[in-house]
Amino acid sequence: MNSGAFILIAIFTLAAALAAATLRKLMHAALSFALAFVGLASSFFLLGAEFVGLALVFVYIGAVAVLIVFTILLTRRDVEKDRGFNWGGVPIAVAVFGGLTWSILKTQSIAIVAPRMPALTVKQIGAALMTSYVWPLQCVGLLLTAALIGALILVIEEKR
Amino acid sequence: MSKSIDQIFVNAKQWLLTCLGGSPTWVIQVVSSLVNIFALLAVFLTLFALISVLERKILARIQNRYGPNRVGPFGLFQPIADGIKMLIKEDIVPARADKIVHFLAPILIAAAAILALGVIPYGRKMTPFTIDGGILFFFAVGSTTELAVFMAGWGSNNKFSMLGAMRAIAQMISYELPLILTALPVVMVVSSLTPDRIVAAQAGYTFGLVPRWFVFTPWGAAAFILFFISGLVESNRTPFDVPEGESEIVAGHMTEYSGFKYATFFMAEYIGMFAISGLGVTLFLGGWHAPARALEFVPSYVWFFAKLSTLLFVYIWVRGTLPRTRVDQMMNFAWKFMLPMAFTCILAAAVWHYAGRGLRGWLWSLLVIAIVYTALSTLLDTRRKFAPRVYRFAE
Repeated sequence: MNSGAFILIAIFTLAAALAAATLRKLMHAALSFALAFVGLASSFFLLGAEFVGLALVFVYIGAVAVLIVFTILLTRRDVEKDRGFNWGGVPIAVAVFGGLTWSILKTQSIAIVAPRMPALTVKQIGAALMTSYVWPLQCVGLLLTAALIGALILVIEEKR
Repeated sequence: MSKSIDQIFVNAKQWLLTCLGGSPTWVIQVVSSLVNIFALLAVFLTLFALISVLERKILARIQNRYGPNRVGPFGLFQPIADGIKMLIKEDIVPARADKIVHFLAPILIAAAAILALGVIPYGRKMTPFTIDGGILFFFAVGSTTELAVFMAGWGSNNKFSMLGAMRAIAQMISYELPLILTALPVVMVVSSLTPDRIVAAQAGYTFGLVPRWFVFTPWGAAAFILFFISGLVESNRTPFDVPEGESEIVAGHMTEYSGFKYATFFMAEYIGMFAISGLGVTLFLGGWHAPARALEFVPSYVWFFAKLSTLLFVYIWVRGTLPRTRVDQMMNFAWKFMLPMAFTCILAAAVWHYAGRGLRGWLWSLLVIAIVYTALSTLLDTRRKFAPRVYRFAE
């Protein structure tokens, strides 16, 4: 049952990712990108990591996908034009694939049976974030606030 | 006796599942979820049909008219007539529209709205879908609506649709922040994201009289009002129905939809309204708890739906009373007032907790909210004097 669901989700996610990479219309590609994230989130749900799955839906579909879609809408005028195959992307793709494969093979957990982990609740994650990881959390918060203020200053109208 | 009536639906489902006795576990699991889904859909689609006619009735009462009164007794069969009309209408897709995106948008928007209903506890042991981070699930699913609205606006290939979608997304993103931030104090105080736990934390009565609902604490009352306003915006209701302002941009992102697709949008909007109100009831109004000890014999789901309908009535009342706001007024209100007040609610909840959750905490948190509210209102006051309005008719 579990592996069957995993295979279904994996096929769905890969198909959506492939569509995102190959579709001619940029807007369709962006929307299939969001679909791929739905697949990823459901695989996290299948693994019992509800919090990560929900955060993925929240951040990537609620925010990042909307951001991408708006970026396409506001910048590209020549969406329909076919630009041909971009060979510059090949080394990057190979490098990313190689790096990921290398790091996956380096991890030890796939060689043996996965250890029995106790189910992690949202409460435990919250407690960990607020106690042992409170300084990194505050730093990230400060960084995001600085980015927010920076964005505001960039778009604010100059008074003459 | 009252206990068995309270649990009648739970027991009925249990009985149904025992009928399947010998089947494998996964069959029972699938049947169990299907029962939940069908019950949820049946209840809320009936409520949608009912509220669509009641809204017209109440609006008519506010405006001194009769409202629909021709189909069935008191016009109660109006939704059936409306449904048949919507079904047999021609479904027009614009020639230059993006066919797939245009088709998928109403489906996605309705799916998101219905999914959000799943995590709300409707009565004692009556949560369709129990999940650890239920509140987070609600907001995560709700945030996908923005993408669906965008798909509707962009897929229609129409300027009015695109403008409407832009407006909708702008206001949804702006008001999602206060919506989530006002849910946060409750989550902090209960220290759980599970709706069932939040409802359980609001059981009991202070002095045996006042129920321990969060709306009866200063931070809870403030947060509830902010939550309600944000809910109005998120469900695109008047006075915040800017995205589909009929007098400005036809029907916003729904301009190019006709027939049953339009009805789907309409339904999704109402279901979204039920979901937001249901979450408000769960977070602040004590969920399915009775308002007094003497009334606890009434089944829990009756209380939940009584509170829900009260909130829905206020939604309709507001719609019949207030005019539409301007876009800039709405945005200013979100970022200059709602957001600081939402942060204040979090602070006041913390003060309430550390001052011992009793009368002392109550007064201290009231003080915090009163100070910030006064400071904000003096700071944001434009000191613009309004001259008495002069009406000039055609002379």
